[in-house]
Amino acid sequence: MRNDLNEIARQIRVTSLEAIYKARSGHPGGSLSIADMLAVLYFDVMNVDPANPGWLDRDRFVLSKGHACPALYAALAHRGYFPVEEAKTLRQIGSIMEGHPDFRIPGVDAPSGSLGMGLSQGLGMAMGAKHLGKPFRTHVIVGDGDMQEGNTWEAIMSAGFKGMDNLVVIYDGNKLQGDAPVETQLSLGDVAAKVSSFGWHTVAIDGHDTVAIKAALEEAKTVKGKPTFIVADTVKGKGVSFMEGVLYWHGSVTMKDQELADALKELEAA
Amino acid sequence: MMSELSYFEKGKEVSVREAFGRILVHEAGARNDWVLLDADVAGGTGAKPLVGAHPDRVMQFGIAEQNMMAAAAGVADTGLIPVVSTFAAFGCMRAHEQFRTAIAYAGRNVKLCCSHIGLDVGPDGATAQMLEDFATMRAIPDVTVISPADANEFMQAFKAILDHEGPVYMRIGRSPTPVVYGADHDFKIGKAHRLREGKDVTVVATGVMVARALEAAKTLEGEGISVRVVNLATIKPIDVEEMVAAATETKGIVTAEDHNIMAGMGSAVAECLAEHAPARMKFVGVKDRFGKSGEHNELPAMFEIDAAAIVKACRALVK
Repeated sequence: MRNDLNEIARQIRVTSLEAIYKARSGHPGGSLSIADMLAVLYFDVMNVDPANPGWLDRDRFVLSKGHACPALYAALAHRGYFPVEEAKTLRQIGSIMEGHPDFRIPGVDAPSGSLGMGLSQGLGMAMGAKHLGKPFRTHVIVGDGDMQEGNTWEAIMSAGFKGMDNLVVIYDGNKLQGDAPVETQLSLGDVAAKVSSFGWHTVAIDGHDTVAIKAALEEAKTVKGKPTFIVADTVKGKGVSFMEGVLYWHGSVTMKDQELADALKELEAA
Repeated sequence: MMSELSYFEKGKEVSVREAFGRILVHEAGARNDWVLLDADVAGGTGAKPLVGAHPDRVMQFGIAEQNMMAAAAGVADTGLIPVVSTFAAFGCMRAHEQFRTAIAYAGRNVKLCCSHIGLDVGPDGATAQMLEDFATMRAIPDVTVISPADANEFMQAFKAILDHEGPVYMRIGRSPTPVVYGADHDFKIGKAHRLREGKDVTVVATGVMVARALEAAKTLEGEGISVRVVNLATIKPIDVEEMVAAATETKGIVTAEDHNIMAGMGSAVAECLAEHAPARMKFVGVKDRFGKSGEHNELPAMFEIDAAAIVKACRALVK
């Protein structure tokens, strides 16, 4: 089933929820909204070597919305960086599976969790690649909260100005943030128009359609002299009906036994 | 072929930022594994000569320090050594969280070199006079904090930090400061340097205060007070052995820094000695207040961080 990206995304969702359940805390909503992007990145598009996570010529990935790391750990585990059981030691004492991405975890390319810093780190990787004449590409997933941080816009201005065509951002537009809908806290307005005005190539897709995600990432490779910003329309909690679009599941939450069972049953049937 | 590094003449007054420009150009010729990250202040930090001589070694960010700092972590991920340079208020405060989370927490091999430190800044006044950088930077785990005494020590320290694996913060002085070291100096990270022997009291000084400590020691010698002067260029990790020697071999310690006395170098010495060899201490530094405009050679007297202030503190300890 390894070549079926939808099946892999389903496994990422299952492992994420099992880890959050065991941890009795964590962020399910935003983990489920990025599962499909991670499946395409780690199982199709990115050139990486799980046996050599620090390989200097690998493609890079930065999860700027670090609270969604249960999905990242799940993706890395299913890709073979470490056992799936280890991904389920999320947030537990003695485990390296920190509550937000820790650089020491095999396959994690950057620490994150404080919003707004991920795109800059990705920009630095892309600039290093250009300086060294290396062909690897850098991918960053940003969330709604990231897009409210000033640091992110500094990076957008800089990357556009520098024409970093080896840098791709996927914006997980799931419309809910920690306390309330994005629209009531600080509306982002027309994100594509704003980013485009800074010199980026932009593409709008359904962030749960693996074929569309793959196509957008392939399109980004053909764009010269501009970084690419993929506006992914997503559903927070995607794949579990009682979590979809429900603010409570942003987290951090303690999942009840029945909630996990119901969620896994739904994902099993998917 | 790489050229011999030219040192500054001992006894002359040289701005440390001039040494920054000189060593950058020198090291650009010597090795190609590092790049300078600048935020439109190369003229102020002293990095300008590199921009002219090796523009390909400079990554320009404009006035966006948070982006520059977090990007440095990414640049380090590719194997290059980023030398991040800006004014200390921006590098050690505005972008402090980026340094902590993206750089130090990940153990990134980034060298942050900041000018505009302390009252040494002079007329730009309080907003540019960073009197809190030792406090903010030494509070982060695994960060090496260095404050060279003069232009020559700075150049040696710069070479040393490029060879050192891990995050480093280093101060760059702005105003002309007496050159106390010659080419024969042997700077080592983590090693305090005893510049003058003495048995009555020890002055532990850092940065521009080292020359003032030597001046104070000379004055006190005339009064029959024998002063040991130790240059604490590496504030973290602190040289415990040399601090304990000062505490046990002399009757008291005066710390001298162009920084707030709260959470500064003196505090680091006190933390060390409280545990290893409790000593009588006096703290010469800016007494928990903001800086002010004025010339770099006028402000020290006003804020009592000049040689006279050190003399006074030493006298009080030997009384």
